[in-house]
Amino acid sequence: MERMPKWADVILTPLISLVLAFAISALVILAIGESPVEALKVMVEGALLSSYGWGYTLYYATNFVFTGLAVMVAYHAGLFNIGGEGQAAIGGLGVTLVLLYLPWPHWALALPAAMVGAALFGALWALIPAWLQARRGSHIVITTIMFNFIAAALLNYLLVNVLRPQGSMDPASASFPPATHLPKLSDMALGLGFEWGKNTPANITFFIAIGACLLVWLLIWRTRLGYEIRALGKSEPAAVYAGISPTRIIVIAMLISGALAGLMAINNVMGEAERLIFNAVEGAGFIGIAVALMGRNHPFGVFLAALLFGFLYQGGGELALWTTIPRELIIVIQALVILFTGALDNMVRMPLERFFMAMRKRGGA
Amino acid sequence: MDFATILQIVDSAVRLMTPLLLACLAGLYSERAGIFDIGLEGKMLMAAFTSASVAYATGTVWLGLLAGIGGALALSLVHGLASITFRGNQLISGVAINFLAAGLTVLLGQKIFGLGGRTPSLEGDARFHAITLPFAENLRGVPVIGPIYAEVISGHTVLVYLAFALVPLTWWVLYRTRFGLRLRAVGENPASVDTAGVSVTRMRYAAVAICGVLCGIAGAYLATGISAGFVKDMTAGRGYIALAALIFAKWRPWPALFATFLFGLMEAVSNRFPDLDLGFVTIPSMFMNALPYILTVIILAGFVGRAIPPRAGGEPYVKER
Repeated sequence: MERMPKWADVILTPLISLVLAFAISALVILAIGESPVEALKVMVEGALLSSYGWGYTLYYATNFVFTGLAVMVAYHAGLFNIGGEGQAAIGGLGVTLVLLYLPWPHWALALPAAMVGAALFGALWALIPAWLQARRGSHIVITTIMFNFIAAALLNYLLVNVLRPQGSMDPASASFPPATHLPKLSDMALGLGFEWGKNTPANITFFIAIGACLLVWLLIWRTRLGYEIRALGKSEPAAVYAGISPTRIIVIAMLISGALAGLMAINNVMGEAERLIFNAVEGAGFIGIAVALMGRNHPFGVFLAALLFGFLYQGGGELALWTTIPRELIIVIQALVILFTGALDNMVRMPLERFFMAMRKRGGA
Repeated sequence: MDFATILQIVDSAVRLMTPLLLACLAGLYSERAGIFDIGLEGKMLMAAFTSASVAYATGTVWLGLLAGIGGALALSLVHGLASITFRGNQLISGVAINFLAAGLTVLLGQKIFGLGGRTPSLEGDARFHAITLPFAENLRGVPVIGPIYAEVISGHTVLVYLAFALVPLTWWVLYRTRFGLRLRAVGENPASVDTAGVSVTRMRYAAVAICGVLCGIAGAYLATGISAGFVKDMTAGRGYIALAALIFAKWRPWPALFATFLFGLMEAVSNRFPDLDLGFVTIPSMFMNALPYILTVIILAGFVGRAIPPRAGGEPYVKER
């Protein structure tokens, strides 16, 4: 017998966790002597009430969709991939190599090639931790953390010593040729005859992100491979008994996860910066953890959670601009969301289950 | 490279390894009791902030140390609640704690001091100062041993000596006391401890609390010993290096000393020689910075002796009913 109805499990529990997380965030804002209501107003105004705000919100959301999906796919295989940060950074390297060292006549040709580069590099960066987990039993959480740092050191080295154009001081690659610049959503809106989101970085990658959500949904719930991934995540002995090779599934799931994280580079490296800069990922890899947990590891949930975090991110920037609340408020909110929807899940779930059990007993008697 | 340079590098390695050693021993207690802790980084950061703030406000570094321990303990309590009481995912809880500390320290720092997340510089009694051990100056003239004593062994803050003393102490507690036996048993096979009538919950909370105290000392050392005040994100990945050292040491106290010394030495060398020229090849500083992580991955891969974590690590204990 199920302890509580499905809607309570899927919607009510995460909703209460979220309310708790935001309530404590409000308390934090109160504690530093600001008004939570005012803060929310500034955030909504700056992120949602203008097409300019939306342009940034959607841009950030696109990043978080990719990293959120990356965490999600690994999670279904029972793996906790904290390495999205490093995989996305190395994905950026793949994009950069493709765009700088091959001649591209048009962005429409460059885009698929850059996507392959991003996905391939991201996947390769996840391959070693995956293989170590599958064959040597070393914990994937630790190895992916280590690979984040190794990625940062590697990129730092490459940007300073190899990719930096001669005469330039800042550790960044050369700018990509103009032919490879992706169309911004604002350009596309102009093409359709109206003005929207001028000077914002939201670009065509947003639609690729939506496509990625659909594909991941198909993969996890409508393919044999997805079934095997979920089976392994639920119970390894059962999966082995059903003839599923854990090694194979762990490696494949992590390759897909790394590829998704790497694809984020299409948005931030190819779409926004149009060159590779140091720390281009800016923590989006870690926000993916919060996004996946909040989205209940479902692509639709991930999409909604990514939008929410895009809003928080853009709103947080506005807060720092117009109030005395620093940007870091967003990190606190992110931490609380991870804590309540991830680690303290049972704190909400246990009393709820008890409540529904009591209701059922009364109903039955 | 002459003898004096080597001494300077080893001296700075001792300084740099101290926060790693304290955090590593902190993680050792927690993980030996079966509670994975990737929140060492966050706890150290929070402790660095609270210790620097209180030391600045009161002008007394010892109160700062207490505040540092308090700050880290508060986060330990959150970790304990999530991973022991509510049987949540310990790794996710650790990640949350790291972000919580990264955000809260800047938010509170900006509110209290208005310096963009920094605390004002600490001076005088608000810092830990170097202690010159007896006869250090008199013995300096003695060949070889004299300079080693005066340069490397003498002239550190009290927290450095405390950290080194904690290594044999931890060994003794872990392997020679009843508490240590139970602690290790709780991490390997909690059901057996439960059967013996010892509360698994209480043992694990004790371990997590010890972890918090040690992280607190580590953070206080960072902000009031090595530096004169707190700066945003000042732990800079040291919690993760401590975690790496813990795996490197295979969750044992004496090897933890050597692992953290090795990692401290790497940091000291890369500080001193940003681009190390070995004659035939130049090693960039980024490589030296990444080396602890690379070494840990190699150790984890089991190519150089296998690192096997405590068996019940990461699993919440559910009493059978």
